[in-house]
Amino acid sequence: MKILAVCGLGQGTSLILRMSIETVLSEKGVVADVDHMDVSLAAGTDADYIVTSNELAQNLRNHRAKVIVVNNYFDKKEVETALQEVFEKL
Amino acid sequence: MRFLDEKLVELGAVVKTPQEAIRRAGFLLVQEGIIKEEYVLAMVDSYEKQGPYIVLAPGIAMPHARPEMGVNSPGVSLVQLATPVEFGHSSNDPVYLVVALAGSTSEEHVGILQRLSLVLGNQDKVDGLKSAVSYKEIQKIVEGLV
Repeated sequence: MKILAVCGLGQGTSLILRMSIETVLSEKGVVADVDHMDVSLAAGTDADYIVTSNELAQNLRNHRAKVIVVNNYFDKKEVETALQEVFEKL
Repeated sequence: MRFLDEKLVELGAVVKTPQEAIRRAGFLLVQEGIIKEEYVLAMVDSYEKQGPYIVLAPGIAMPHARPEMGVNSPGVSLVQLATPVEFGHSSNDPVYLVVALAGSTSEEHVGILQRLSLVLGNQDKVDGLKSAVSYKEIQKIVEGLV
């Protein structure tokens, strides 16, 4: 399973999001390949899930991956809730 | 790494626009030699081009740009706004706190983001940053004393 954390620049915001995702996944004991990058690179990168903000999600609507929207990148609870669907599929 | 020390925090700043708020937070970093002025322009430019996604959490904007746009050394500054400003985010507006991030390509960058997550991922601490009237209050929050 491949998950992308995506922001506009691929530097600060997406790395914070990636850290929140990795924390939640490790708490759940879920193994996944998590990467972070900017929105244009993500558009051309294969993945199963993309986690990003509502603002950037519309740029990725043609992507094969399921796009998961997170509003508070620092809130592990919100990231956990948003990723719930991923866990349920396992 | 400089992380929200006294010279990098401004409380009760009066600004009217997102651009002005980003410039104020960037100015603190310029004054301390952490970034060059180009980096401030790059942060504003990035906000204008990429949109309000930098409002990462309710009430918190984290402007940043690429390290090669003028970062001398890593650092984080904070501007607390006297009156909140609309950045145009669909759910996290208005913005009370502007946290300017001068990242680097080094491992240190991850350390900075982890420290930021510890502070900004905790609602009590965020509320404390919003309501602080002195640097001492900020310092206690940053150092994990409250």
